[in-house]
Amino acid sequence: MIPFDYAPASDTDSAVATVTARPGAAFLGGGTNLVDHMKLGIASPDLLVDVTRLPLDAVEELPDGGLRIGATVRNSDLAANPLLRSRYPLLSHALLAGASGQLRNAATTAGNLLQRTRCSYFQDVTTPCNKREPGSGCAAIGGWNRYHAVLGASEHCIAVHPSDMAVAMSAADAVVTVLGEEGERRVPLGEFYRLPGDTPQYDTNLAHGELITSVELPPLPAGARSGYRKVRDRASFAFALVSAAAVLVTDGGHVREARIAFGGLAHKPWRATHAEEALRGAVLGEEAFRLAADAELRYGQPLPGNAFKIPMARNALAALLRELAFVEERR
Amino acid sequence: MESHLTLRVDGEARSLTVDTRTTLLDALRDRLSVTSPKKGCDHGQCGACTVLLDGRRVLSCLILAVAHDGAQVTTAAGLAPEDGELHPLQRAFLDHDGFQCGYCTPGQICSAAGMLDEASAGHPSLVTPVADGDGRSDGHVRRGPAALGDDEIRERMSGNLCRCGAYVNIVAAIREVSAQ
Ligand SMILES: Cc1cc2nc3c(=O)[nH]c(=O)nc-3n(C[C@H](O)[C@H](O)[C@H](O)COP(=O)(O)OP(=O)(O)OC[C@H]3O[C@@H](n4cnc5c(N)ncnc54)[C@H](O)[C@@H]3O)c2cc1C
Ligand code: SF4
Ligand code: FES
Ligand code: FES
Repeated sequence: MIPFDYAPASDTDSAVATVTARPGAAFLGGGTNLVDHMKLGIASPDLLVDVTRLPLDAVEELPDGGLRIGATVRNSDLAANPLLRSRYPLLSHALLAGASGQLRNAATTAGNLLQRTRCSYFQDVTTPCNKREPGSGCAAIGGWNRYHAVLGASEHCIAVHPSDMAVAMSAADAVVTVLGEEGERRVPLGEFYRLPGDTPQYDTNLAHGELITSVELPPLPAGARSGYRKVRDRASFAFALVSAAAVLVTDGGHVREARIAFGGLAHKPWRATHAEEALRGAVLGEEAFRLAADAELRYGQPLPGNAFKIPMARNALAALLRELAFVEERR
Repeated sequence: MESHLTLRVDGEARSLTVDTRTTLLDALRDRLSVTSPKKGCDHGQCGACTVLLDGRRVLSCLILAVAHDGAQVTTAAGLAPEDGELHPLQRAFLDHDGFQCGYCTPGQICSAAGMLDEASAGHPSLVTPVADGDGRSDGHVRRGPAALGDDEIRERMSGNLCRCGAYVNIVAAIREVSAQ
């Protein structure tokens, strides 16, 4: 690890100014991803601006019934928040399905959004990786790619975004509030992340020095049920192979509206608009659920190492929709 | 870059000067000779380094000491109320044979202590049922379970690995304390 300076942020404006002015500076949240990356040699900031003492740790109710989640709210506190738990079960579930109790006690909302891929080549500085070192190649293409993307990948990078929380936020139409030197801007989650294209070194559309201050959730539609389903290699404390988040509104045996996002399939939480379209007005049932999943997954381009993700994602989405549509009292 | 800080470790104020790169785990073990927390993986994957930081369980290998000047740190060695006595979790781990080599044990015990506090404060786990109204905006959310079942204990303790595979007895030890 290279030496670095440490400075607790005293207010949001000066935190933004300090990091913007110094190319090597980074914000420090819970540190559970950044400190790991500094040990691995993937990140080498020369200044850490600690944002965890900024007054960004509240979960507030918005006038329209939505919620504003502060950037430094810890994942465990957010998952336990009674308003979140009753109004956004998909998000509480996704948070609790991620990492471990100890990690969730440290991890922050903003840090979770900005955690980087767990691609094993990205984490190993002795191997080629376009995300870590642009132009060096991609060791995962033709390598071990069991965990990699089946949608939206490029010839330069096939990594997936690892966050569970972000997948649920995507289905919930979350909006990220970002403070930069020019002031505040609001970025819908759908525009926050990007596909790898030929610049996989960028995970998001944030500029250096922009500070996430909060995430806003609009209210879910009246009568909506929502949930999250995660499939992994062991029952707990493992990243997703595949996950699905859904918000479902039904009306006398038909789907009125569905919002769906997949995790583990792409470089970003994958909002499944084709599946949503296929579900609108459909008769609730297994056939509609499978057709909807296929409407999205037919665009999949799996590799030999991860072709199993297509049927796995189809089954995960169908099981989640079945649960939301037919199981009265889910756990 | 050097930084001066004070930590309250197992009830005792300890001042030290650290390089900013020092993790809380290395500060405890290498600088303060507090060797109760263990270094298993050093990357957040095993739980051996678990301590209570201002009362909450965290992984000391991913925490920079410099970010926690003035904090209270409790390790498994400092959990017991008085010298010579055992904390109920320590007693239960002995009674139930909750370990073999013992390397993961301080982390397991700290994690269990933090976890039982979380559960009694009403923090849910992935397997905690929402009593009613799941997904509906008027939903009432149940408080934490009084005594934890095995599923709850396993899920809440999944961040602590045991290479010796003493899990069955670890769960039994925690179950006993959780029922008290
Ligand atoms: C063993 C292990 C297992 C895990 N399993 C899972 C899992 O199953 N599912 C899952 O979703 N996650 C998992 N995680 C990842 C974990 O959720 C993330 O490490 C955590 O959410 C990151 O949050 P943090 O606050 O610690 O971020 P940090 O490490 O502090 O920061 C991460 C990034 O965000 C930036 N940043 C922080 N705050 C701000 C801000 N306010 N504005 C702008 N930039 C900011 C930092 O500069 C850094 O680039 C796991 C992690 C580990 C170590
Ligand atoms: S998939 Fe992306 S992150 Fe992984 S090695 Fe290839 S370029 Fe790097
Ligand atoms: S040493 Fe910290 S989690 Fe393994
Ligand atoms: S007792 Fe040996 S690792 Fe758990």
